[in-house]
Amino acid sequence: MENQRNSHQPLLRKLLMISIAMFFFGFALVPLYDVFCRMTGLNGKTANTAAAPSTRIDTSRRIKVEFIANRDDSIPWNFAAEVSTIELNPGAIKVVNFHVKNLSAQAMIGRAVPSVSPGAAARYFKKIECFCFAEQPLDAHGEKNMPVQFYIDPQLPAEYSTITLSYRLYKSQGQTVNR
Amino acid sequence: MSQEHSQSIESANTHHADDAHDHKPQGFSRWFYTTNHKDIGTLYLLFALLMLFTGGSMAMVIRAELFQPGLQFVDPHFFNQMTTVHGLVMVFGAIMPTFVGLANWMVPMMIGAPDMALPRMNNWSFWLLPCAFTILLSTLFMEGGAPAAGWTFYAPLSTTYSNDSTAFFVFAVHLMGISSIMGAMNIIVTIFNLRAPGMTWMKLPLFVWTWIITAFLLIAVMPVLAGVVTMVLTDKYFGTSFFNAAGGGDPVMFQHIFWFFGHPEVYIMILPAFGIISSIVPAFARKPLFGYESMVIATASIAFLSFIVWAHHMFTTGMPVAAELFFMYTTMLIAVPTGVKVFNWVATMWRGAMTFETPMMFAIAFIVLFTIGGLSGLMLAITPADFQYQDTYFVVAHFHYVLVTGALFGIIAGVYFWIPKWTGVMYSERLGQCHFWCSLISVNMLFFPMHFVGLAGMPRRIPDYALQFADMNAFISIGGFLFGLSQLLFVWVVFRCIRRKGEKATAQVWEGAEGLEWQVPSPAPYHTFQTPPEIKSGH
Ligand code: HEM
Ligand SMILES: [Cu+2]
Repeated sequence: MENQRNSHQPLLRKLLMISIAMFFFGFALVPLYDVFCRMTGLNGKTANTAAAPSTRIDTSRRIKVEFIANRDDSIPWNFAAEVSTIELNPGAIKVVNFHVKNLSAQAMIGRAVPSVSPGAAARYFKKIECFCFAEQPLDAHGEKNMPVQFYIDPQLPAEYSTITLSYRLYKSQGQTVNR
Repeated sequence: MSQEHSQSIESANTHHADDAHDHKPQGFSRWFYTTNHKDIGTLYLLFALLMLFTGGSMAMVIRAELFQPGLQFVDPHFFNQMTTVHGLVMVFGAIMPTFVGLANWMVPMMIGAPDMALPRMNNWSFWLLPCAFTILLSTLFMEGGAPAAGWTFYAPLSTTYSNDSTAFFVFAVHLMGISSIMGAMNIIVTIFNLRAPGMTWMKLPLFVWTWIITAFLLIAVMPVLAGVVTMVLTDKYFGTSFFNAAGGGDPVMFQHIFWFFGHPEVYIMILPAFGIISSIVPAFARKPLFGYESMVIATASIAFLSFIVWAHHMFTTGMPVAAELFFMYTTMLIAVPTGVKVFNWVATMWRGAMTFETPMMFAIAFIVLFTIGGLSGLMLAITPADFQYQDTYFVVAHFHYVLVTGALFGIIAGVYFWIPKWTGVMYSERLGQCHFWCSLISVNMLFFPMHFVGLAGMPRRIPDYALQFADMNAFISIGGFLFGLSQLLFVWVVFRCIRRKGEKATAQVWEGAEGLEWQVPSPAPYHTFQTPPEIKSGH
C-alpha cells in the first residue's frame, strides 16, 4: 500500500496544480474582462485616461450626443448635465459642464463612472479631459461645475447617429473628509 | 457490436478470506476514522439524504407561503432566505454529495480496485461537509438570518445589501469546495491508477466514464467558485471593488465569473446521473448499451461545451448582439450530444426483453422528463424569447425538470438498483412501485404548471403574486406537499433494507446486470478485490 501511495503522487500533484491554477484563473478573469471590454468597446467602457486632441473635422455629417447624469443612493448630491443633448461634427471638440451640489452638511468625495451607449461606439468617444478621471471632493453644501471635454472620432462608423454618454455618481468608498 | 465494457472475471468470488480482515472498530470511531470506501460512501449517502430533507422542508415553507397570494406565514426576508438556502443545500448538500457517495461505493468495485486511491483524504473530504453545512445552516438562527441573495448570490445583493451571514456563507462554500475538489482528485487518481489489469479505458462502465469527466469539471470550476466567493468577501469586508462600480469594478463581472463556474456546475449535477441511467437501462432491457463509444464522446463534448455557454444566463444584461448570438448557438449545440444520449438509451430499450422493476421505472421516467427539461432549456436558449422567460417560473420549471426529475430521479434509480448490493436484501418491490407512482404524479403536478405561470409572467423568488396565478399555485403547492410526502416512502424503503428486512439478494441481483460489481457477493464484503480480478475481454 505504501509504495502504491507514492505512485499516486505525480498524478495528484498535477491535479492539485490544475485546481490552484484555476483558482488564480478566476482572479485573472478580472483584468482579462476589463481588457476585453476595453479592446472591443463592449460594455460601453470608455478609456479612463485622456485622449489626444482630434486632428481633423468631418463636416459631412452631424452626430447627436445625449447626456445622462444620475446618482447612487449613497451620495446626497444633486448631479445634472447643463444640456441634455448637443449636435456636433465628428472631430469637433466640445466642452459640456455637469453641475454638482452637495446637499448634506458633510464634506464628501464623489466619483463618476461613465458609460457609453451603444457600447460599440464607446471607443470612438474620445475624452480629452473629464471629471471622471479623478475623484471629486465637495465641501458641505458646496457646489461646482465639472467639465468634460471630448470629440467624436471621425472614424465612427456611419450607422451611428446618436451616442449617449451616461454618468453615475457614487460616494467614494469610506473616504468621507471630516471637517 | 462492441460491448467490451461488459466483462466477466475468472473466479467470481475469491474473497471469503477477506472476512478475516473485517476487524473494524465499531460505533462512533468506526465511522469517524474510517478510510473504507464503502463506509465513506455510506456516510456520504446518509448525509445527502439528511440534506435532501433539510432542503426539502425549506421547499415546503416556500410552497406553503405560495399556496395563496398575499403574505401568510413568513415575511419576505425569511422567504428569500428559504429560496437561497434551499438552493444551496440541494445543490451542494444533496445532489453533489450523493454522486460522490455513489462513486465511493461503486467506482472501486466497477474497476476492480481494492479501495479508493487516497483513503485518508477520502475521510477528510467527507467530514468537511458536515462542518460546512453546520456553518451554513447555523446562519438561519443568527440575527439578521441566513444569506438571502439567491443561490446565485449576485453582487451587489451579496455584498452591499447582505448581512454578516455572508462571512459564514463564504467560509462554508470554501469548505464545500475543498471537499469536492479532494473527492474529485481521489476519484481521478483511483480510476487512472487502480484499474484492474485488463480494464482498459474503453471497457470502463459508463458510470465510471461520466465520473472521470465530472471530476475534471469539478477540479476546473470549483476553484473558480472559491475565487468568486472570496471576491465577495473582500468586497464586503476588506474594501476591494471587484463588483463595485464606485471603486471601478463591475457588478456584471460577478455574473460572468459566477456562471463560468455555474454552467459547468449544472453538468456536474447531471453527468453522473447519465452514467447511472446508462447502467440501468441495459440491465433491464437485457441488451448491451447501444453506442457505448458515442456515449463517451457525447459526455466529453457536453463537458467541453459547458465552458463556452455560460452567458446564456445573462442574455438580459445588455450584451452586444454578437455575443448574444454566440452564446445562443453554442447553447443550442449542447442539445446535440444530449440528444445522442437520449437516442442511445431509447435504442438500447428497442426490442429489448424489458422488465419494469423500480430502478427501470425511475430510469424511464428520467429519460422522458429530463428530455422535457432539455426542451425547455432550448426554449430558454433562444435569446429573444429568453427576454420574456428570464427570472420567471419558466426557468424554475426548466431547472427542476433537469435537476429533480433528472438528477434526483437518476439518483433514486441508482439507489434502488444498487441497494441490494449494499445491504444484501431486496427492497420491497411493492413499496418501490408505490413510491415511483406517487413521485411521478406529484412531481409533475408540482413542476409542470410552473411552465404556464412562468410564461404568463409570474416572477421567481417573490413571496407574493398576482391574483390570476392563485389557482395554479394552489395546485402546484399541493403537488409539492405530495411529492415531499412521497419521499418518506423512499426513506422507509431504504431503512427497511438497512434493517435487512427483505428477501436475500443474490450476487448478481438483476438477471441482466453485467459488470464486476455484480460478481462480488451481496452484501458486498467490507473489502473487495484485494487481489485484482482478471478481466476477460467482452464478446
Ligand atoms: C439542452 C440542455 C440545456 C439547455 C439548452 C439549457 C439552457 C438554459 C438556459 C438558457 C438557462 C437560463 C434561463 C434564464 O435564466 O433565463 C438555463 C437555466 C438553468 N439551467 Fe439549463 N439548460 C440545459 C440543461 C440543463 C441541465 C442538464 C441542468 C442541470 C442538471 C440545467 C440547470 C439549469 C439551472 C439550475 C438553471 C437556472 C439557474 C438560475 O438562474 O438559478 N440546465 N438553462
Ligand atoms: Cu447554463
